[in-house]
Amino acid sequence: MVAYRFHQYQVVGRGLPTPTDEHPKIYRMKLWATNEVRAKSKFWYFLRKLKKVKKSNGQILAINEIFEKNPTTIKNYGIWLRYQSRTGYHNMYKEYRDTTLNGAVEQMYTEMASRHRVRFPCIQIIKTATVHFKLCKRDNTKQFHKSDIRFPLVYRKVRPPTRKLKTTFKASRPNLFM
Amino acid sequence: MPFKRFVEIGRVALVNYGKDYGRLVVIVDVVDQNRALVDAPDMVRCQINFKRLSLTDIKIDIKRVPKKTTLLKAMEEADVKNKWENSSWGKKLIVQKRRASLNDFDRFKVMLAKIKVILSSILD
Repeated sequence: MVAYRFHQYQVVGRGLPTPTDEHPKIYRMKLWATNEVRAKSKFWYFLRKLKKVKKSNGQILAINEIFEKNPTTIKNYGIWLRYQSRTGYHNMYKEYRDTTLNGAVEQMYTEMASRHRVRFPCIQIIKTATVHFKLCKRDNTKQFHKSDIRFPLVYRKVRPPTRKLKTTFKASRPNLFM
Repeated sequence: MPFKRFVEIGRVALVNYGKDYGRLVVIVDVVDQNRALVDAPDMVRCQINFKRLSLTDIKIDIKRVPKKTTLLKAMEEADVKNKWENSSWGKKLIVQKRRASLNDFDRFKVMLAKIKVILSSILD
């Protein structure tokens, strides 16, 4: 119901069969892209780095979108990534709490952009996994594992229920408590 | 002034922005600092930002992420609907809704009733 910017695709492809190699090895990748066209492009980008095959002498056999199995449960996602900063490549491990993997990946991209000024083309996701709460490393995610979690909402900015009712000037100062 | 309404599992909240505007939901789990997993009898469980929620005084007794049937039963036991409709906040919302759904004839009747009340208070 939320429109995710990043979708997870499974792309399957191989090099074209040649007289020397009748049945080339088939490779499958799971990757994130905003749409299918970009997913196919990203597939060739990665495959070129791993094997001696390009889009011009290869074929995509299948591309399917992978959907979240349980979007109503909260999971802790660990994302291993490799990104290019201004000075070189670095590896990183980040944890996110979200209901879907696509949501967690979107969080990751926005966080990398804000914290490290790294944009989408410079990030490669090595691996993603749902992490059991006992194995989470980051305190930021571990603090939400309390079963009796309880906190007040401290600063309440009341907004008009629709953008149409928004006004620039208000008659009185808003009450920020509750 | 200490805080009285907390984000906690079982807290009933009102959605005050967006597609589900005006719906009473129960906070079923907390995703992170900004979002909660909420559930209501007539909707699919979803995550919603705290900015879109107004916490109420009502809290029901549930464990973290209960089954839908468990949640419904707990809501029945806590009598959320009646508590809400008898609270001043809930009553105000009902009146607002009623006023918004009046047609012209209803508004005419309201006008007459108001005049009647004023006259009777002057004459008494």
